[in-house]
Amino acid sequence: MSDTMVAERQENRQDVGRGAGQAPAPQPQPRDRDQPAMTPRVDVLEDGTGITLIADLPGVSREALDIHVEGDSLTIEGQVSPATPEAMEATYAEVRVPRYRRMFTLSRELDGGRIEAQLKDGVLRLRIPKQEHAQPRRVQVKVA
Amino acid sequence: MFASMTSPSAFGEFDRLRRELDDLFGLTGLPTSIRSAAPGAFPALNIGHTPASVEVYAFAPGIDPARIDVTIDRGVMTIAGERPSALPGDDARVNVYANERFAGRFRRAISLPDDVDPSKVEATYRDGVLRVSVARRESALPKRITVQ
Repeated sequence: MSDTMVAERQENRQDVGRGAGQAPAPQPQPRDRDQPAMTPRVDVLEDGTGITLIADLPGVSREALDIHVEGDSLTIEGQVSPATPEAMEATYAEVRVPRYRRMFTLSRELDGGRIEAQLKDGVLRLRIPKQEHAQPRRVQVKVA
Repeated sequence: MFASMTSPSAFGEFDRLRRELDDLFGLTGLPTSIRSAAPGAFPALNIGHTPASVEVYAFAPGIDPARIDVTIDRGVMTIAGERPSALPGDDARVNVYANERFAGRFRRAISLPDDVDPSKVEATYRDGVLRVSVARRESALPKRITVQ
């Protein structure tokens, strides 16, 4: 049972919480954009202070997850790495590509530098806050 | 590691073609398993076998492992449970844009080969993947026979 929790700031093109001193895990390869990948299913919610993106990434460990922001584009990539016994032959497979990838375009009022990520049981939760100036403000109406 | 689950040799090009045709035109008239589910069913299943066991992988992220129900009855394994919705109920301040993730009750069934031993089952849940390993009967394991 793993309980991987990540909650840290994202700077441009930085991997999420690469654990130190752990067994070598499959490295995410952000360069191979041409390789086939599954599109993870997502929920996207918006409230007054930002956007919450929830993505299903079953089989992706914290080390094999790569989230990066380049300009206004947000990319989520993950490598599926379940522990399979040696000498296993597949008889039936619905998950045939061991990789997830999905890209989103962030709108201007979102702050790509302050994204927080949390991965637990194969579900990724991203919190993308709005820029300070874009947050809702109540406008006082003065009586003339 | 994962290659053994997805290698094309295990399925063959023909199978891939059939699936693509299935995706394009619906049924192709070829027989499928009586328990096959529509594409995109939750959770997605991968099944493999080793000389000693049958391995079932269910891609079921975000579920409390204590609330996944795995049963084996007369050679049919059933994986059932419920996944709560991540969406807020009636909150007027929240806009929902994409709602693609599965929520609600699920149940999937897999028919196991005859030579498995239902009393030797192990289930683990890791990174949102449920792995159920069912051992094969001793008598079904490959044996080397010495020629006298």
